[in-house]
Amino acid sequence: MLYAILCYHDEAEVGSWPKEKDDAVLAKRALVTDKLAAKGRLGPVVRLMPTTAATTVRAGREPLVIDGPFAETKEQLLGFYIVDCASLAEAIEAAKGMVKDGGGAMEIRPLRLFRPGTTAGALAAESVAP
Amino acid sequence: MNDLGWIDAALTAARPQAVSALLRYFRDLDTAEEAFQEACLRALKTWPQNGPPRDPAAWLIMVGRNAALDEARRKKKQTELPEDDVLSDLDDAESALAERLDGAHYRDDILRLLFICCHPDLPAVQQIALALRIVSGLSVKEIARAFLVSESAMEQRITRAKRRVAAADVPFEAPGAPERAERLGAVAAMIYLLFNEGYSASGGSVQVRVPLCEEAIRLARLLLRLFPAEPEIMGLAALLLLQHARAKARLDGEGNIVLLEDQDRGLWDRELIAEGLALLEKALRHQRPGPYQVQAAIAGVHAHAAQPEDTDWAEIEQLYGALERHQPSPVVTLNRAVAVSKVRGPAAALAMIEPLAQPLAGYFHYFGVKGWLLKELGRADEARTAFDRAIALANTPAEAEQIRQHLDRLKEGAQRKSGRGSAHPAQS
Repeated sequence: MLYAILCYHDEAEVGSWPKEKDDAVLAKRALVTDKLAAKGRLGPVVRLMPTTAATTVRAGREPLVIDGPFAETKEQLLGFYIVDCASLAEAIEAAKGMVKDGGGAMEIRPLRLFRPGTTAGALAAESVAP
Repeated sequence: MNDLGWIDAALTAARPQAVSALLRYFRDLDTAEEAFQEACLRALKTWPQNGPPRDPAAWLIMVGRNAALDEARRKKKQTELPEDDVLSDLDDAESALAERLDGAHYRDDILRLLFICCHPDLPAVQQIALALRIVSGLSVKEIARAFLVSESAMEQRITRAKRRVAAADVPFEAPGAPERAERLGAVAAMIYLLFNEGYSASGGSVQVRVPLCEEAIRLARLLLRLFPAEPEIMGLAALLLLQHARAKARLDGEGNIVLLEDQDRGLWDRELIAEGLALLEKALRHQRPGPYQVQAAIAGVHAHAAQPEDTDWAEIEQLYGALERHQPSPVVTLNRAVAVSKVRGPAAALAMIEPLAQPLAGYFHYFGVKGWLLKELGRADEARTAFDRAIALANTPAEAEQIRQHLDRLKEGAQRKSGRGSAHPAQS
């Protein structure tokens, strides 16, 4: 089964981390994802820009374009992992490993449809190209 | 949780909201700060065992408020004061639950707290110091270190600034739309000053103070979260991100300034650039341009150029023209002249800056640019005079060193015409 592990955290708090702390959290996350990757069970990994960079298009008679994220919540969706796990229990184990450092919460959502897409890798390069 | 660093980050993140709400209750900055301190102490005691509360700011506000109330009651008993303003003020305070639900309140609370620091009577440095102390929660020692003054001198400055703003009496009612816009403008300007203080230090030997830049970006993001649809706030955040993206490339190993044209663009932080450009794009969609958006757009043009030669100087000249219309100033004209020199040559640019001689008579960059233009035109003697003047006006040793390099090149390359021209000294 494919699962999405969605990372939620208070953006203001994560934004207050010094760079070293941010790097340290990512490094510890890599310990979890590297294991999954070695077994061929890691799909796309995405880290989102802050919600201040978000724009929302809301359905209406005329679709409405709004600055900001979809929902005003205490914790924001900061990114997600796609993992291939045999069971929910296994996905929970992975998420536990991820949430150990840095706090926040991980929401596990089984995937209904998965298309790896055509931009893999290229997207990262494109978004950072000047 | 194996370290307590997360508590620090949570307290820092919750601070603006918590202190500003406590300020609304107590109407006194010192009481609000003390209440917050007490709440933090209690958080350090209980959070490691119980884990973080679901809403740390609401927790801190409630605990801080109760602690300050207890303290006031205790004092009242001890001194047997007949009346206590602080207490009577609290009787009609909202419950913690209502506080949690009322996000709109926070917005004006935090804006008020930031605005209090921007009192027009306060010199820029005091505004910044006050914001760093009250809003960001930096210690006096840290602020003193950033401004390269002694701790006691900084303590004095902050105390004086606090007294000033206490007397200013910023109203506590929810502001109307015009007041809100005015406060937002003042706060944005203060954040911009804070960034500039970090970006080009006004004195001392440290040229770039990264923590000040990072704190300015944090505050700009905070402001943008509170006002997500304000294009100028998007522009401000974009501008700071795009400028800060170059931080690593701006100084060499010896701490000397590396000019924009000579920077190793591989050292530019692509993540910050991407975020800055995303915010800029969002802002421009509103079609309500302003000075921050235009400046961000200029920084964006530089960010888009993989090589200095790829820089779209015609676009930059146009943008500086737009900036002159929004915010006429000789400094902006000076910067436009640099773009003009790239598009139409140094003679045109030199003619443009002649009228600026008087208003910019004491401005380091004016003589730097003037010397550089004269040098490009082969007028070495006049260039040397301008560079000498620039050195005399330099604010930091790094600035002086930058001009000395120009003088050296002038000496060694009097005959040799450089192919692409050398870097101009205004931008780095």
